[in-house]
Amino acid sequence: MDDASRYIPASEADRQAMLREIGLERIEDLFASIPESLRLAHPLEVPGPLSEQELQGEFAARARENRELDGRAQFLGGGAYRHFAPAVVDHLITRTEFYSSYTPYQPEISQGTLQAIFEYQTLICQLTELDISNASMYDGASALAEGLLMAERANPKGRVVLSDRLHPEYVQTARTYLSNVEVGVDAFGHRPDGTADPEAARKEIGGGASALVIQHPNFFGCLEEVETLARVAHDAGALLIVVVSEPVSLGILKGPGRQGADVVLGEGHSFGVPLSYGGPFLGFMAARAAFLRNMPGRLVGETHDVDGRRGYVLTLSTREQHIRREKATSNICTNEGLCALTAAIFLSVLGRDGLRELAVHNHARAEYARRALASVRGCSIPFGAPIFNEFVVTLPIPAAQAVRALGERGIVPGLPLSRYFPGRERDLLVCVTEVNPRSEIDRLAVELGRLA
Amino acid sequence: MSKGNGIYPEDLKYTKEHEWVAVHGNVGTVGITHYAQSELGDIVYVELPAVGTAVVAGEEFGSVESVKAVSEVYAPASGEVLEVNGALAQSPETINKDPYTEGWLMKIKMADPNELKGLMSAAEYRKHIEDESN
Repeated sequence: MDDASRYIPASEADRQAMLREIGLERIEDLFASIPESLRLAHPLEVPGPLSEQELQGEFAARARENRELDGRAQFLGGGAYRHFAPAVVDHLITRTEFYSSYTPYQPEISQGTLQAIFEYQTLICQLTELDISNASMYDGASALAEGLLMAERANPKGRVVLSDRLHPEYVQTARTYLSNVEVGVDAFGHRPDGTADPEAARKEIGGGASALVIQHPNFFGCLEEVETLARVAHDAGALLIVVVSEPVSLGILKGPGRQGADVVLGEGHSFGVPLSYGGPFLGFMAARAAFLRNMPGRLVGETHDVDGRRGYVLTLSTREQHIRREKATSNICTNEGLCALTAAIFLSVLGRDGLRELAVHNHARAEYARRALASVRGCSIPFGAPIFNEFVVTLPIPAAQAVRALGERGIVPGLPLSRYFPGRERDLLVCVTEVNPRSEIDRLAVELGRLA
Repeated sequence: MSKGNGIYPEDLKYTKEHEWVAVHGNVGTVGITHYAQSELGDIVYVELPAVGTAVVAGEEFGSVESVKAVSEVYAPASGEVLEVNGALAQSPETINKDPYTEGWLMKIKMADPNELKGLMSAAEYRKHIEDESN
């Protein structure tokens, strides 16, 4: 008996019996359909097993190699934002009733889960000022991809037009989703102040499109003229999709639904989901009621039972993949349940005034930082448009080099834009939230001043 | 109750996919059968083509959604959509109550009356659903 058998319930005798039953001799025979040249002819070359104690030691040593953010001044944004979450959020979501539940597959028996999702949907509708929200999606990038497919279902034109100030990773994900369907993806440019250019949009959309897509605040932190761009989209018979990667901004900005957006989607992790090495994230999507039957994913509705008592149901499941197969509105048959619950609790704890106050703090600190960096020797602010909590600063040296230099001094000054935009070598995307005290911002300005 | 015991008017033509068509000159009125509505259950939504759309015999022209399933509906004949039953948007349950008169789906201007020859009579359709349910 080998060690692994402690954790694998089928014994060697069980395995032999199963192989005999299906007429095979060895486990390897199961892989006969894979060409021999692609199969590994010898066991994987991995180190031998470790005891549980050794394993814990191994991983603790690896963890110590990470540079911790605690104690460092950190200004990274670009789609992943650091925010403070009250302890009550973690306390509630780790209750086993919630923590171990997956998206409901026998839904009506899970009234608590359904009610939590319904509350989440209601909050998303209130923030975006739209009629309907789905039960959540994987992340902002896949929500965009699903939003484009939805626009094409509701308004088939075979083409979508995207602002060139969308998060480049969102665009990459969307292009991957659309690569095997006949929907063209085109882009339009921006104005010198950093915002999407309505005239460029008008020209690009001339030939017709299912949707015009903007991000607000955009990838460079600038606030867009949503109402103007909504008119451009609607005049051309296209839907306006507004992508929001930092939803804390909705605490002080008008809901894009009120400004003419037909669909608002994006990333919701800012509402209490911590940054943990790239996820889990929380995709959200809201739309006008007219798109109810084109909405991807799951949707919880409130109803009454035969005795008139309030209850919750998974509604419109008839359009989901497990029932409608290849004709389903989407291949998403799940939701990001625990993260949606986290967002619902976070927003409930903050309340309307709390979210507004949080947004005001973010904006005020970012404005303070933008003014501080504008006056640093050798630095300049390339885009003049209003911002929320992020902005671009042009440095006297390549931004990647500055990040290395400041890293030695305990500061992560931001995201070098050259990672996505070759030619923007000296541009750094700086994000400031409520977790960055003014003293950190002052230190950042001093250290950047030493680069010139 | 035997599946074939529903009401299947003699003056209609039927498809294997459970649509009916009533023919007046070159205009065909199309709906779903008593059997189709009873199998679907409570109908909650109907998706119909725009007036002027070309439909093709045997191809999908819309869908009927019940609390249990969404089911495609197929054109019994090719032609151009002249009119759709707008009242179904507000009261799709009409199809359950009255599948042959008030519950019609669309009217088409048929391109080729010969296409109707492939459709079933009421008696043939009754036999078809008996066979299908066995």
